[in-house]
Amino acid sequence: MKKRSVTFNHNPLLAKGLPVWRPRVVLLALLCGSFALVARAAYLQGVNDEFLQAKGESRYARVIEIPATRGKITDRHGTVLAASTPVKSIWAIPGDAKPTPAEVRKLAGLLDMDVRDLNHRLARDSDFVYLKRQVPPEVAEQVANMKLAGIHDQREYRRYYPGAEVMSHLLGFTGVDDHGQEGVELAYDSQLNGKPGSRRVIKDRRGQIVEDVESIRTPQEGKDIALSIDAKIQYLAYTALQNAMDTYRAKAGSVVVLDSRTGEVLAMVNAPTYNPNNRESLSGAQLRNRAVTDTFEPGSVLKPIIAAMALESGKFRFDTVIDTGNGRMTLANATITDTKPHGRLTVAEVIQKSSNIGAVRMAMSFKPEEMWQVYDDLGLGSSLQLGFPGEASGRLRPASTWRPIEQATMAYGYGVSASLMQLARTYLAFARDGDVIPVTLTRSEVPQVTGRRVFSAQTVRETRAMMEMVTQAGGTAVHGQVPGYRVAGKTGTSHKLEGAHYTSKYIASFVGLAPVSDPRLIVAVMIDEPAGKQYYGGQVAGPIFSNVMAGALRALSVPPDAPITPLQVARSKEEIAARGRM
Amino acid sequence: MLRIDVMLVVVVVASALGVVASQHQARKLHTELERDQARMRQLEVEWGQLQLEQSTWAAHVRIEKIARQRLKMQLPGASQMLVVEGSP
Repeated sequence: MKKRSVTFNHNPLLAKGLPVWRPRVVLLALLCGSFALVARAAYLQGVNDEFLQAKGESRYARVIEIPATRGKITDRHGTVLAASTPVKSIWAIPGDAKPTPAEVRKLAGLLDMDVRDLNHRLARDSDFVYLKRQVPPEVAEQVANMKLAGIHDQREYRRYYPGAEVMSHLLGFTGVDDHGQEGVELAYDSQLNGKPGSRRVIKDRRGQIVEDVESIRTPQEGKDIALSIDAKIQYLAYTALQNAMDTYRAKAGSVVVLDSRTGEVLAMVNAPTYNPNNRESLSGAQLRNRAVTDTFEPGSVLKPIIAAMALESGKFRFDTVIDTGNGRMTLANATITDTKPHGRLTVAEVIQKSSNIGAVRMAMSFKPEEMWQVYDDLGLGSSLQLGFPGEASGRLRPASTWRPIEQATMAYGYGVSASLMQLARTYLAFARDGDVIPVTLTRSEVPQVTGRRVFSAQTVRETRAMMEMVTQAGGTAVHGQVPGYRVAGKTGTSHKLEGAHYTSKYIASFVGLAPVSDPRLIVAVMIDEPAGKQYYGGQVAGPIFSNVMAGALRALSVPPDAPITPLQVARSKEEIAARGRM
Repeated sequence: MLRIDVMLVVVVVASALGVVASQHQARKLHTELERDQARMRQLEVEWGQLQLEQSTWAAHVRIEKIARQRLKMQLPGASQMLVVEGSP
């Protein structure tokens, strides 16, 4: 059976013949249509592609922040003194937050806030309000679980200080934005601070990162800082100072411990102090890092420098006799006095008994320039460069402006001012073999070989012997003795200058070193306005020196260099003195 | 000619499948890396917190208090100490 195929050629309709323009119109329409499509495609692909690409990417690409933590601060043995840990801050959009009164009460309970205060904050007319900053992560999670509209949290860092009061002035603290505001936190802020990084990633529909597109900024973690501080010695100094503050009812005080071999600061404490973890009620007096920011006239503590100068010049010897007369000396209409008449003293006894007149007689044999040069070499009047905020450089006037009476008073430490840390630094010359090295707050492994030479080794050995007599029978600081060790030091008791007049308020100080046979440590103590009957440097600052030095030498396992027998004599003497005081 | 075409098509298809497979593999590995990095950060935070805790427990104030009050310890006097001589 053969089918008859349908052929359009035989279609009778076609046979009729169409007008020529009709297929042309259709063809033209089709051409126009496809041209429009091509043009549109070219526009989307070629001209407008960047915009569309970006729009597309924003549907799945995300820029995420990579947080960086602030570096830790540790002591020389790696004990953590300050570290940051993440906390949450709870904030709200008041317009969106419409909690019920019950919810508000629960929220206030969680955040440990007053309900009225919370309501007040939520009623504020702004788009953003902190409800509470820096709450523990567990609390933030409980708040998040309440699923309240308009209440959000944000990750932040909080700095913790396990050492609390013991380390407060040294470390300082950071603000709520994790930047240093005081102490080491400020001095080393740029190193401690981390820089958060960011990167672009592609996330899938479940929010998981599937591809790392590019790293925009690599995060920089804050560097950890190892201080030269020994936490144990710092604690010893802190307890000794706190006890003394109670005993002598003093206004303020500081203790500094230096390692004389490396120039490292092993301890630095001040009183009054504060807890850096809880800074709600702070006064200016508590915040002062007195050991480096407050200068005072050091008084007799400077006398060993004059003695060393005298020995160095060859004009005086250890046993040269100086007549201090009846304890009064007149110089250019001014009178210099000793606490009591000493008569004829050797140079060593001038230091031991702390005779002002003896020191003046030695000092007046030098030109002002010579004296200025030695004071300047020892670092008086020049900053410590530790990097602490408000570090004082003290005052040492140029020698050309010195009048004779001023040169005389400067010999026993008036008319020149220094911070306690600077005084400790000058004693580096006596603890080492006559050279001064820079003090440092960060750990330095290698002992510094030599610094700026001020005195010869021979002079220093003789001066150290004189300073050792200060703590022996007949000296001004028998309470400065340390059982088992030979110590050398010098007391200072200076009147405070208020306005232009010296008052009957005192600053008691003691700077000393031990062991004398091979000095290792320098301890400097300053007590501001002891209120009791005792105000002499030897009585007030001496016992603190003794406590701190004994503890620090033991902590560092420095072998004793004093024989046992005189040590027991020394102890009993001290006990007798203690009983005599009661 | 036809044979070469068929071979090329097979190679292209195989390579395309390979790309898909390795892409999938890369994403899986990346997720894993991501998880481990998050864990690393978490552990770092925890370490910091533990160090802080250790410092707090080991604070000299606390140790001295316990030694003196609970354990009734005291510093030995000079007569109770014996210095051992010798080279370190």
